[in-house]
Amino acid sequence: MNKILIDLQHINKSFDGQLVLEDLNLYIRENEFLTLLGPSGCGKTTTLRILGGFETPDQGCVIFDGKDITKMPPNKRQLNTVFQKYALFTHMSIAENIAFGLKIKNKSKDYIKDKIRYALKLVNLEGYENRSPDSLSGGQQQRIAIARAIVNEPKVLLLDEPLGALDLKLRQDMQYELIRLKNELGITFIYVTHDQEEALTMSDTIVVMNQGYIQQIGSPEKIYNEPENAFVADFIGDSNIFNAIMVEDKLVEILGTRFPCVDTGFGRNKPVDAVIRPEDVILSSPEKGRLEGVVTHLIFKGVHYEMEVTAAGFEWLVHSTSMFPVGTRVGIHVDPYNIQIMNKPASEDEEAVKIDE
Amino acid sequence: MKNAAKRIYVFLIFVFLYAPIATLIVLSFNASRTRAKWGGFTLKWYEALFHNRDILQALFNTLLIALIASVTATVIGTIACIAIVNMKRRSRTFVMGITNIPMLNADIVTGISLMLLFISFGFRFGMGTILLSHITFCIPYVILSVMPRMSHLNQSVYEAALDLGAGPLYGFFRVVFPELLPGILSGLLMAFTMSLDDFIITHFTKGAGVDTLSTKIYTEVKKGIKPEMYALSALIFITVLVLLLLVNRAPDDNNNRKGSKL
Amino acid sequence: MNKTKKKMLGIPYFAWSAIFIVVPLCMVFYYGLTDAGGAFTLENILSIASPEHSKALWLALLLSLAATVICLLLAYPLAMILNGKKKNQHSFIVLIFILPMWMNFLLRTLAWQTLLEKTGVINSILSFWGLPSLNIINTPYAIILGMVYNFLPFMVLPIYNALSKIDPDVIHAARDLGADSVQVFLRITLPLTLPGIISGITMVFIPALTTFVISNLLGGSKILLIGNVVEQEFTQAANWHLGSGLSIVLMLFILVNMVISAVFDREGEGSVL
Repeated sequence: MNKILIDLQHINKSFDGQLVLEDLNLYIRENEFLTLLGPSGCGKTTTLRILGGFETPDQGCVIFDGKDITKMPPNKRQLNTVFQKYALFTHMSIAENIAFGLKIKNKSKDYIKDKIRYALKLVNLEGYENRSPDSLSGGQQQRIAIARAIVNEPKVLLLDEPLGALDLKLRQDMQYELIRLKNELGITFIYVTHDQEEALTMSDTIVVMNQGYIQQIGSPEKIYNEPENAFVADFIGDSNIFNAIMVEDKLVEILGTRFPCVDTGFGRNKPVDAVIRPEDVILSSPEKGRLEGVVTHLIFKGVHYEMEVTAAGFEWLVHSTSMFPVGTRVGIHVDPYNIQIMNKPASEDEEAVKIDE
Repeated sequence: MKNAAKRIYVFLIFVFLYAPIATLIVLSFNASRTRAKWGGFTLKWYEALFHNRDILQALFNTLLIALIASVTATVIGTIACIAIVNMKRRSRTFVMGITNIPMLNADIVTGISLMLLFISFGFRFGMGTILLSHITFCIPYVILSVMPRMSHLNQSVYEAALDLGAGPLYGFFRVVFPELLPGILSGLLMAFTMSLDDFIITHFTKGAGVDTLSTKIYTEVKKGIKPEMYALSALIFITVLVLLLLVNRAPDDNNNRKGSKL
Repeated sequence: MNKTKKKMLGIPYFAWSAIFIVVPLCMVFYYGLTDAGGAFTLENILSIASPEHSKALWLALLLSLAATVICLLLAYPLAMILNGKKKNQHSFIVLIFILPMWMNFLLRTLAWQTLLEKTGVINSILSFWGLPSLNIINTPYAIILGMVYNFLPFMVLPIYNALSKIDPDVIHAARDLGADSVQVFLRITLPLTLPGIISGITMVFIPALTTFVISNLLGGSKILLIGNVVEQEFTQAANWHLGSGLSIVLMLFILVNMVISAVFDREGEGSVL
């Protein structure tokens, strides 16, 4: 395991009396691709801005490489940021944009020239030195913003929803680009997004946030397969989330039907949340399933069919490669290890509430 | 510390801008004719102002000219925009270049050029020449505020109206006109205030015996300051203040309504 | 309606602008380039070199440049402070600073006459405190003051507009790349507001250069600016040829100013309209 590079300790931050971050604790390792994931207003951007030095926490401290940098201004920090809308300097050429940080540091002309060439090569935009930022497409501007940041050889690159303004295809291309860049540069990436797919594709570690709290920290596989609460389950991928009762170890009651599962240690007759991913719902002929339902919607999605099945008064979301026409009576079956049992949230704050900014 | 310096700076500029106006208002209530001394509170200058037929006539002229000039300019300018938008790029640039002349040129040059025109072609100086001049310098303001809306106008909206069975005129007034209305109104408002405030061009194009408020003030002030002028200043300031506050309130309310919807 | 028909709608305006914009300008050139007998001459234009006229032109240039520089120095910090205010205070604060502009131009100048006079308000206050009196009425200083007072809002607004268009993230990005606040100002804020500055300069410089009202009311009748000379040629001397010739010289300055601003402000971003 790499050593810890950044340590956020007990961070509190509020704007106009509204608490945005409450007692946030998070460490980030060297060379890690860490993603802050959550709905808008969850505090992920504020966390990034505190790291960049654009906000000062009300309480708590930011430790960088063993030193407290909480009150250090942004221009003194060894981190660079790629902004959401690129924030390129429109009155400068591409080369001048990239050279900006190096000129401030009084680097030699030759050094700057080499760096510009290297950075443009890295982001696949060789020969764009003398173009103006306005003449580039969104994706190209984004690459320049990245080039401008990385020529300063930061230890950490902060990326604030950098792909948000791009269209789907470009976004997917840029995801691979970013992974390649990170591997070539060998530095830490801290990435902010509300797009769970982006987070799953690129990250080493995902931090799921909601309403100023960290909901779960873990690898993409862990976050997807073993969400710790209903919010995470709902936010990451599609899910069927049930109010269920843990009858005893390895037996859960969902919608009045008992399903065997693999979880233990919840106690007896305890209310819990149960999550079943749509691809884990197995449809068969009615008599073979534990529950019986009727297909109410059917959409062809390419890789699979997406269906809605009404069973025991609940709309089940089902992904399957085999097709059942609308109106078909089907049986529902779930393998024990595909039922994820979670404790009910302790406070209302952790409920899956989405706030619009 | 830094904030205090900022506040002091803004305050000083504020004093610089408003002290003269405040002085005028205070002096308008001064019973003493000399400015140096406070001779007690009086309203007699306001009374004198309202008994000054010349000033009242000038005020009437000013408002009448501003009204006619701004409305005429708005009609001509808006119609012109429809034509300009449909022109080829090169001729459009040419027309817009001509339109910009009165705005970019110094008022004194615009004034004397019109004066020369009126003299050479034997116009009788008076209300008529003032009106022609005011319409001339008002049209560019109308065009400049209507044009952006006109060129951003979605052509399909008009076509959709025709597609749904509207006639060309009906389509224009029901679909296109409402889209343009904010631009037209702000152009009208700008033209109106420009006409109200103009002195220089009026100075050169008015004949003897006709006065707007501006030219009246100019002659009065050159003769020596009369306290009635202070009373007039105070009244104009209060009017402008009230009007601006009203205008400023309207868009604010709109924003609030939008805000509460979200 | 087809395109040709739509273009016909422009005829009233095209005729109007031909008669009331183009023809009058041509007449200024015609009168400026002919003598009383109608023969071509450059004398009217060259008379700008006469001691009397060149003095008025130089004085006008000097005073209007001084007023423009003072306006810029006063307006930039003010625009920056205003831009730093919270968004919901913006319209109100801007309103406060343009309100004096809506007051009649002559009454605003009258106010300074009242304040500056020998027995005026400022001197009354000064003498009350036993301070020496301030005698700048009827001097070039009073004219500069009048210009600054009248045209300051024209400088504040375009600069403020240019500042408010700068994305805060652009400033953050510069900070992030290592620039301190002075470097951010010199390398980012100032270049990005240049169009606003240029358009502010135009809007202050042209009316200041060509004014005859301010010099008349605050400079007494002794100080003549080029605007006063032109005005007198038309209203008193009735020498339209000379007056037109001098106007052509004035237009030359306006043209130079326009070319300079066109070079800096290619996208028209600094415009207040």
